[in-house]
Amino acid sequence: MTAAGSANGHARLGSFPAAVEREAPREARSYHGQPVIKEPIWHPEIPWYFFAGGLGGASAGLAWLAELRGNEVLARRAWIGALVGTGMSPVLLISDLGRPARFLYMLRMFKVTSPMSVGSWVLAVSGGAASAAGLDALLPPARRRWRRLLRVAAIPARPAAAAAGLPLATYTGALIAQTAVPVWHEARRELPALFAAGAAASAGALASALTPVAHAGPARRLALVGCVAELAIVPLMEHRLGELGEPYHREAAGAYGRLARGLTVAGSLLLAARAERSRAAAAAGGALVLAGAACERWSVFKAGFQSARDPRYTVAPQRRRIAGGRTRGASRRVVAAGAARAAGLAGRGGAS
Amino acid sequence: MSELEVRTYGGEARPRVGFFTDTSLCIGCKACEVACKEWNRVPESPQGFTGNSYDNSIDLGANRWRHVAFVEQRKELGVDGVAAGGLVEAASLESLVTDTGLQTYQDGEGLRWLMASDVCKHCTHAACLEVCPTGALFRTEFGTVVVQEDVCNGCGYCIPACPFGVLDQREGDGRAWKCTLCYDRLKDDKEPACAQACPTDSIQFGELEELRGRADRRLEQLAEAGLEGAQLYLADSSDGVGGAGAFFLLLDDPEVYGLPPDPVDTTRDVGESWAAVGVAAAGLAAALIGSVLLGGRR
Ligand code: SF4
Ligand code: SF4
Repeated sequence: MTAAGSANGHARLGSFPAAVEREAPREARSYHGQPVIKEPIWHPEIPWYFFAGGLGGASAGLAWLAELRGNEVLARRAWIGALVGTGMSPVLLISDLGRPARFLYMLRMFKVTSPMSVGSWVLAVSGGAASAAGLDALLPPARRRWRRLLRVAAIPARPAAAAAGLPLATYTGALIAQTAVPVWHEARRELPALFAAGAAASAGALASALTPVAHAGPARRLALVGCVAELAIVPLMEHRLGELGEPYHREAAGAYGRLARGLTVAGSLLLAARAERSRAAAAAGGALVLAGAACERWSVFKAGFQSARDPRYTVAPQRRRIAGGRTRGASRRVVAAGAARAAGLAGRGGAS
Repeated sequence: MSELEVRTYGGEARPRVGFFTDTSLCIGCKACEVACKEWNRVPESPQGFTGNSYDNSIDLGANRWRHVAFVEQRKELGVDGVAAGGLVEAASLESLVTDTGLQTYQDGEGLRWLMASDVCKHCTHAACLEVCPTGALFRTEFGTVVVQEDVCNGCGYCIPACPFGVLDQREGDGRAWKCTLCYDRLKDDKEPACAQACPTDSIQFGELEELRGRADRRLEQLAEAGLEGAQLYLADSSDGVGGAGAFFLLLDDPEVYGLPPDPVDTTRDVGESWAAVGVAAAGLAAALIGSVLLGGRR
C-alpha cells in the first residue's frame, strides 16, 4: 500500500460517522432480514388446547348454574362439554410435550411469573373436578361402592369445576401474552377477554346443539353473548395494536380470522333466528359457532408466528419507543464528536 | 432480582461474572464458535451457504451457543466528514487502528465489516427463567442463567419468551438448550472456552463490575477518535432487562447485528396480564350468570 493510498483511505475512514448520521433512519434495519426473536415451537395441539380449555371451562360453569336453576336437561349436556373439553386438554398438552411424565414436571413448582405454571395447576384442579362432576352427572346411579364415592366427591367438585373453569378459559391469553412475540405481548389486555368470549360462545354453542330446544334457552343466550363479544373484541384489539395489528390480517392468520368472523356471524344468526324452534338449526348454528371459535384461536396463534418471523415487527415498535422518549433503549451512545472534543474527552450520550 | 436470587446462595454466592464482547476487536475468525462446540459437545448444526457475507451459521440456537455475525457496509463517503473532522481526526483514527487494533475498517472503497460474536446475555431480569414452569432454568451462584437438562420438559415456553431469540429446541431431543457461560469451567475457576479461544480479546471474561469499567474506558477511547456509532449495549441496569451479564460494544445500532434495540423482560407486565385474566374471568362469570339465571328458566 502506498503512503498516498493509506492517507486517502484513512481520510475516508474519518468521515464514516458523519456518513452514518446523514443516513435517513429507515423503518427498521435488520441483520440480513433475519428474525430477532425465535418463533414458538408449539405444535397444532396448542391452539386446539386453547379451544378445548375454553369449551371445557365455560361448559362447567354453564352446567353448574343450570343445575342450580333446576334445568337438569341442559346441565347434563353441559357436563358433557366440560368433560370433553377438560379431558382433551391434558391429552393435547401431553401430545405436544411428547411424553406423559413431562406434564408432571409442570407441577414441580408454582410460579406466578409463569402463566404456564399457574395454568398447569388450574388445569389439574379443573380437570379433576370436572371429571368427577361430569361423570357423576352422566353415569346412571348404581349400588356399587365407587359409584357412591363418586356421588359424594361430586358435591364439592361441581362448584369447584365451575370456578376453576373461569381461569382455565382465560389464562391462555396471559400464557401467550407473556412472551416477546409482539402481536401477543402488546395484546395482553385483550387476549384473555377474547379467549373468554370464545369460551362462552363455544360452551353455549355445544350445549345448544345437544339440548332439546325447550331447555336450551340459557345455552343459546350464552352463545350469542359470546359471539357478540368475540366480534367486538377483535377489532378493538387490532385498533389498540395499531401497526402491529397487521399480521392478524395477513397470510394464514388473516384467512383464519376472516373465516372465524364469517362462521361466527352465520352461526349466531342461525342460533338467534331459528334455534328456538328447530333442533336442526340449533345443531347447525352450534357447529358453525364452534368452528368460528376454533378459527379465532388459530388466527391468534398464526399471527404470533408471523410477527415473530419478521424482524420489523420486533424492531420498529422498539425504535418508536426510543424515538418517542418513552425509553432510552439498551444502548448508550457517545455524544456528538464535536462536544466530546470540546470537553476534551468523550462524553456519554444519554447517560442522564 | 438477580441479586436477590444470588443472595439465596448465602455464603456460596460468588461475584457476578460475564462477558464484555468488544466487537471493534473481532476479526470474525469464529474460534469462539468452534471452542464452544468442542468444550460443550454441542451437536453439529446445519451447514450451507447463506450468501450473508461470511456468516454461514445463521443464528444462535439449541446447537449454536456462540454465533459470529458479519455485516458488510458500503458507505457514501463525502468530503463533509473530512471537513468536519479534518486530517487530525483521520490521523487519530489511524493511530487508533494501529494502537488499539480496531478491526472493522478496510482500506479503500469505504467498505467496513462489522463482526460480532453473539451469545446468551445472561440477563439480570431473564424472561426465560421467569416463565420456565419446571424450574429447569435457574440462576447460578455466579449470577448466570443456566438450563438444567434433566429438569427441562421441552415445553418451549422460554423460546419465544427470550427477547433476543437465544434459546431453541434441539431436534430429536425436544428440550431447550443455550449457553451456560461454561458453568462447569466456572466451578473450576477457569474462564469460558470462547473467551479463552478468542485471539484478539474481543471476548473478555471477568467480574461484571470490572468489565463495565473497562467497557466505559474503551467507549471513551473510540469516541475520542470520532467513532460516533460506537455504543455500549446492555451495559446499564436501567435497560429493559436490567442490564446483562454478557454485554457488548457495538459500532452501529443493535438491530444491524440482529439485536433488539429495546429488549424487555416481559415479566414486568405480568401483573397487567393477570389483571386482564381477572377481568376476562369476571366477564365470563357475568355472561354465564346472566344467561342462566336471568331470563327464562328454559
Ligand atoms: S438472553 Fe434470553 S436466554 Fe439468555 S438469559 Fe436473557 S432471556 Fe434468557
Ligand atoms: S423448555 Fe425447558 S427450560 Fe424452557 S421453559 Fe420449558 S421447561 Fe423451562
